Amino acid sequence: MLEEVKFKVLRYDPDKDGKKRFQEFRVPIRKGMTVLQGLLHIKEKIDPTLSIRFSCRMATCGSCGMMINGLPRLACYTLIEELKTRTVVVEPLRNFPIVKDLVTDFEEFFNKHRSVKPYLIRIDTYVQEKSNTMYLQSDEELVRYVQFAYCIKCGLCYAACPVVATDKTFLGPQALAQAYRYYADSRDEAGVDRLKPLGDGSSLLRCHFAASCSQVCPKGVDPALAIQLLRKEVLLRS
Amino acid sequence: MGADIDVDVAILGSGLAGLRAAIEAARTGRDKLVVGVFTKTQVMRSHSVSAEGGTAAVLYTDEGDSFQSHIYDTVKGSDFLADQDAVELFVKKAPEEILQLERWGMPWARRPDGKIAQRFFGGQSYPRACFAEDKVGFFEMSTLYDTSLKYDNIVFYPEWAAVDLFVENGKFKGFAALELKTGKIHKVSAKACVLATGGAGRLYSFATFGYSSTPDGYYMAYKAGVPLKDMEFVQFHPTALVPSGILITEAARGEGGILVNAKGERFMKKYAPEKMELGPRDIISRAMYNEMAEGNGVEGPDGVKHLYLDLRGLGEEKIKTRLAGIREYCMHLAGIDPIDEPIPVRPAAHYYMGGVDTNIYGATQVAGLWAAGEVGCVSINGANRLGSNSTTECLVWGAITGKAAAEYVLAGHNHSSVNNSDSIAIEKHVYDELLGKAPRENPYDIRDQLQANMERTCHIYREEKTMLEGLQTIRNLKQKMFRGVVDSSRYYNTNLMNVLEIEMMIETAEVILVSALNRRESRGAHARLDYPKRDDVNFLKHTLAYYTEDGPRIEYVSPVITEYVPTERRY
Repeated sequence: MLEEVKFKVLRYDPDKDGKKRFQEFRVPIRKGMTVLQGLLHIKEKIDPTLSIRFSCRMATCGSCGMMINGLPRLACYTLIEELKTRTVVVEPLRNFPIVKDLVTDFEEFFNKHRSVKPYLIRIDTYVQEKSNTMYLQSDEELVRYVQFAYCIKCGLCYAACPVVATDKTFLGPQALAQAYRYYADSRDEAGVDRLKPLGDGSSLLRCHFAASCSQVCPKGVDPALAIQLLRKEVLLRS
Repeated sequence: MGADIDVDVAILGSGLAGLRAAIEAARTGRDKLVVGVFTKTQVMRSHSVSAEGGTAAVLYTDEGDSFQSHIYDTVKGSDFLADQDAVELFVKKAPEEILQLERWGMPWARRPDGKIAQRFFGGQSYPRACFAEDKVGFFEMSTLYDTSLKYDNIVFYPEWAAVDLFVENGKFKGFAALELKTGKIHKVSAKACVLATGGAGRLYSFATFGYSSTPDGYYMAYKAGVPLKDMEFVQFHPTALVPSGILITEAARGEGGILVNAKGERFMKKYAPEKMELGPRDIISRAMYNEMAEGNGVEGPDGVKHLYLDLRGLGEEKIKTRLAGIREYCMHLAGIDPIDEPIPVRPAAHYYMGGVDTNIYGATQVAGLWAAGEVGCVSINGANRLGSNSTTECLVWGAITGKAAAEYVLAGHNHSSVNNSDSIAIEKHVYDELLGKAPRENPYDIRDQLQANMERTCHIYREEKTMLEGLQTIRNLKQKMFRGVVDSSRYYNTNLMNVLEIEMMIETAEVILVSALNRRESRGAHARLDYPKRDDVNFLKHTLAYYTEDGPRIEYVSPVITEYVPTERRY
């Protein structure tokens, strides 16, 4: 059991010199300690100027995505011991603009999510908004979309995506998985209207199925599968 | 100079109550009103996402459940301190909210007939907790956030933390918000406001709360002259994972999980022979404390005692389909698979029954200011909240307050304008007193001392002597030289945000201790060793704590009792 590891943390402050550099910290560790706890040790005991975004510490709020030893991961759900290394290298998520240190800007990411109309679209809007009706759903119908509803919008898939890195018009795995989640919900009635905008340009079709998105998802969502299913629907129906 | 931003309805907070309020305000004022959602976190990060087990509502009266039963369970659970008219409103509105979420896309678990499934929760005498695996809060948040994106008149201001409310002549007119990304303090003008910032959060070291849960809303309202009600009632959830404090949902017991001590005994039979593990949280947490105090706890690796939650009797299938989330946490963060091994648990601070004093419709004493969810105290929870009622409360009062706030603006209520003098105090504090000034004492150490103090002096059991020590410690902490922020950067300065939070935590902890000291009885979650009996003659009352420069001033007001006369609580 190691008693101490080295954290190599990328620092960046646009208010200072605006240069990126690595800073090293020695962090005492214990069994079961997460990378987030290591970073909090740095912030609270060594250098309070370190900026981190975090909250729930249970892989549910999606705040603490960052590059840890080169891979996008949630800091709160990555045990230091599982990295099997004496040096933990921590950098902000790729494919996102940096705000400060490990904190990145999610505006474009959330805009892309919004652009796929991630909500139930119904013909019976009055019933949907005003009634006391219950739409029925079977287990089989639920299973068709529910795994895609596990998405916590942490951005790990977006950071891992090689297409997002080169083509900003590509919606990315998160938004596309959500497009499929609502398309596949038996209660949704938008149908082919959801597919039409996806058939144009590179918003969907640029994906070349590297599937790195599915590998890094901390919630077991398979965006690559969603993209494949969406593509099939687009080709068949629109 | 006037305000930097002008909205019609401001929602502070983007958890369940905040999002529900935003949608209701937006649809009430469609094409007429702009609704701004100002939230300290990014969207979808609020701690509501961590609610796990269920949302209570009476759905099937034809199958045996009834409004009356949910009302009585809630009132009895509250140790008769809840306002019974509010509980009645709550129970009657709850089913609408479950169904509305359903029609917005919530992936509720289903019965074979395609209708929404329900399960048991503690203190509820019928299986009335609607659920979606054990990720209920998360799915509710996703559903509401996604649905809010339909509305062009909802504008999100993520990572804009409200830090000071502007109230003039008893009327709300706006607030100051710290934009984390740029470090600017903005003056926001709003005609109406719904506070939905959650409870007091991490005042205790062993807690289920996320790090962003701090008492910002409590403190801002208190400072602005609104009393805090019933703050002595802090709920300790019986089952938090050791050592992280991550919540292990009560649904684990609702599905059949049992609690055992170091000797392997199912000890709840001594404390709640009828309901056993499905008694209310206050009773189970006390039972667990007693077991550990009597030497029946298990010694953890770090010397902290715990007990076991045993799910092995449920079988693999049930755990994998209905409790998948907690299995994940146990496996990943504690190296335990609940299918094969019992889970090490102990009680953790989880919920504040008290909050910003409101009337039955969530309105505060300040015109134009409402409060909904954990930050508010209507009160339906009284001295002890029942599991699965809090997410329902967020939905019900989110909807009520969002609508009321929008209607208030549509009715033409105006307020005086926001000007420079409104934000002078907070700007001076942040820019002159805090930013870039190295404090003599580490604020994070002060926070640790505060949490340790609350754990020691105002926990599951309380008594005058230790609470007086606790209050003295809090007052000493106030005087410590921690007010300073080493980080001088304007951009994403969480060091600054943390110091502001710690100041608010200290003030709120003081209110809890003073309220608890003054309540010389035991009721619900407030268990005093020196006053072990409930005292309806003197304390069948809500505590109201008003801000003064010398600490809180305490007053009392009677709860609304319509039908159910207080009796002894047995489970």
